[in-house]
Amino acid sequence: MAELNVSLVSADREVWSGGASMVVARTTEGEIGLLPGHEPMLAILGAGEVRITLAGGGSVKANAEEGFLSVEHDTVTIVARHATLV
Amino acid sequence: MGAQLRVYRQKIKSAQTTKKITRAMELIAASRITKAQARMSASAPYSRAITRAVSAVATFSNVDHILTTEPEKVERAAVVIFSSDRGLAGAFNSNVLREAEELATLLRSQGKDVVYYLIGRKAVGYFAFRKRAFVKEWVGETDNPVFDTAKEIGDSLVSAFIAPASEGGVDEIHIVYNRFVSMLTQTPEVVRLLPLEVVEGVEEPDNNEIFPLYEFEPEVGDVLDGLLPVYIESRIFNAMLQSATSKHAATQKAMKSASDNADTLIKDFTRLANNARQSEITQQISEIVGGADALSTKH
Repeated sequence: MAELNVSLVSADREVWSGGASMVVARTTEGEIGLLPGHEPMLAILGAGEVRITLAGGGSVKANAEEGFLSVEHDTVTIVARHATLV
Repeated sequence: MGAQLRVYRQKIKSAQTTKKITRAMELIAASRITKAQARMSASAPYSRAITRAVSAVATFSNVDHILTTEPEKVERAAVVIFSSDRGLAGAFNSNVLREAEELATLLRSQGKDVVYYLIGRKAVGYFAFRKRAFVKEWVGETDNPVFDTAKEIGDSLVSAFIAPASEGGVDEIHIVYNRFVSMLTQTPEVVRLLPLEVVEGVEEPDNNEIFPLYEFEPEVGDVLDGLLPVYIESRIFNAMLQSATSKHAATQKAMKSASDNADTLIKDFTRLANNARQSEITQQISEIVGGADALSTKH
């Protein structure tokens, strides 16, 4: 199965990047789950947790606030003013 | 020791002391450049991602948004000047101030009112000395910019932009800063921040790249509302980082040439001092010889 290419960046550095099988994030509209093959999207992030399920199992959790999320060609970019791994 | 010789020795000593200081400042600046450069490259993914997203929204929507539409008549333009807090950086501050003056003259010739936003003590001092008005100032952390300041600057710029011109709002925002090209070159640069010109800028996505059709959540307009202030902040933060790195590079260069000049001075004065010492000795010898001659011819 195709893999998502995820990068999580905050204003002053890249917090995390790598491959993942699923990303769950909270937008202003509610929680959204992203799988490989998702249509291109641009959304405003609500405050909350971002959960990244790694391709080989296991997961990464991060707090991201004030930012947005973009998806295209299986590339997920989560850009937040403040982002920290949990 | 003769008076002349003493004067030269004093000058040598003073040049040596100055050299010690400038050398230390050079080394400090050199170590700070590396850190500043690292911060610049660390913040690159953020501004790249934002620029991409803004381009995507701008390309794939025809929404008229206050931040992207050109006003019919520009009454007032804001000029944001990024200077440093300290001097001793060669032409760093005068370059950026001169560039800003040229821009202001150009804007005025187009019939626009110019208001200033200043970053760094040097720009504030320049304006205060000439008793010229400015809207706002941010000083104290140009050496090590923090994102919160960029956010603050962005907020006040965007709110000035949204306000109508009759209430002191501005219709255009320009930023003037020193761009870090290399350790040896820093060029002053003028960028129009608002209305947006996504086409221009440092962090450009590839032109040949075709953006996919985007879905927006919640609505295109809302996404633009949220995205554009963030874009402005990231551009301002980038300008601050560029300016800080350029400042350190300029300081290093200026201090290096100051140390080199001190070296030349020390060398020149050493020659002169040697000369003075030699002629002093010569004079003493001839005095002794003359005295002895006078004594021996007496008999």
